[in-house]
Amino acid sequence: MSWEDFQDAFLDWSIVVQAWPILQAGLISTILLSVMTVPLGIIGGLILAALSRAESRWVSIPLGIWVDVFRALPPLVLLIFLYAGLPFAGLDLGPWGSVALAFFLNTGAYYAEILRAGLESVPRGQSEAARALGLRPTPIFFLIVLPQAVKNVLPDLVSNTLEVVKLTSLASVVALPELLYQARQAQSVTYNATPVVAAAILYFLMLWPVVRLLSRLEHQKIAGNR
Amino acid sequence: MKGWDAFVSSFLNLQVIGTYWPVIVQGFFVTVELAVLIVIVGLALGLVLAVIRAFGIRPLNWLIIFIVDVFRALPPLVIIVLLYFGLPAAGLSFSGFTATFISLALILAAFSEEIYWAGITAVPHGQTEAARALGLRFLHVLFLVVLPQALRMVIPPLVNRTIAITKGTALGSVVAVSEILGAAQSSVAFSLNPSPLTLGALAYLILFLPVVIVGRRIELRFARPFAR
Repeated sequence: MSWEDFQDAFLDWSIVVQAWPILQAGLISTILLSVMTVPLGIIGGLILAALSRAESRWVSIPLGIWVDVFRALPPLVLLIFLYAGLPFAGLDLGPWGSVALAFFLNTGAYYAEILRAGLESVPRGQSEAARALGLRPTPIFFLIVLPQAVKNVLPDLVSNTLEVVKLTSLASVVALPELLYQARQAQSVTYNATPVVAAAILYFLMLWPVVRLLSRLEHQKIAGNR
Repeated sequence: MKGWDAFVSSFLNLQVIGTYWPVIVQGFFVTVELAVLIVIVGLALGLVLAVIRAFGIRPLNWLIIFIVDVFRALPPLVIIVLLYFGLPAAGLSFSGFTATFISLALILAAFSEEIYWAGITAVPHGQTEAARALGLRFLHVLFLVVLPQALRMVIPPLVNRTIAITKGTALGSVVAVSEILGAAQSSVAFSLNPSPLTLGALAYLILFLPVVIVGRRIELRFARPFAR
């Protein structure tokens, strides 16, 4: 295959121009989807992590099972179950609803695990001192414990957030018109793989800075741990 | 309780499960085969890349870093779709199984290279210097002194990352691989009943729940970061 053939099949600029409106709409949906799913996951994770501080076994054991189940289930399986399974029970969440719930459950479990480790890393003396100063439990959690916890597990939080943004591509499977879905549509209209290559380049440009940042944070973490 | 009966007949329909469980079991073995191949090739390739990087050949290292970054930044599904739906335009056709295997093995190689490398750089420099002072050659220093210490340090992140990427085998269903999810979906299409999906989810739990729990144990055992 000559370079010209390769270019025609994968890097045809006229096709990029032609498909750009579709790709742009997909890119915006992917960003919207990320802006929706990351906070959903963090809120879910925060709730689970805060609950896991309870001393009672009646809370901690079901919570542990919950987190493990949603960590063990591939996100796509969860998504398909919600999208294609629930309508049989008369509950049709649609693509956006299914994706939101799947991410809340899956991503929430991952954030919970990370935040729990973070919360455990904050010495007890911190909350005891805060209480001695007269602070109530809610401000103690949000103003004293949580900021230190987040700082301690920052690389893991960034890494998980990167994974969540990448996971939004799964929404293409349930016909939610995000970047990958739109690129596939454009490919089937133009009979050319260029739109998918273009989508890959867009993902890369969007996420490369995060990957670089993460690489630095992880090196610091492993170096600091030994 | 009409609602409960309706729920059971949709999601736990024994008749449907009785017909389609062999398909799911077949899918289970496809998933296991795919996962094992990905883990072996991905982890080995990652280690090879990290060792090459340890030689410190500048242009080669930049290339490795760039390729690793690409595979860390791109969503797995995008890579699978590119290989499966894109490469035929270059006259290269893969089966769905091969496309999923290559994609996930390369992604695991990229992530594990980064983890191995972080471990290698975390071994104190004095170790290398002492070994050199004792007269060991570069390769001996790397394989007998640095790598054993590095590998021990990186086991927890390595295990977690491997589990996360291996779960990506479910993405194979998008490119017509009859792994668990693919088998479950086609069974739903035939039976017009979602019970095979319940069975599929259960199969994934049987496969990955023990792995997740063991992964957590390993993490607790090898490293308690920030523990006081």
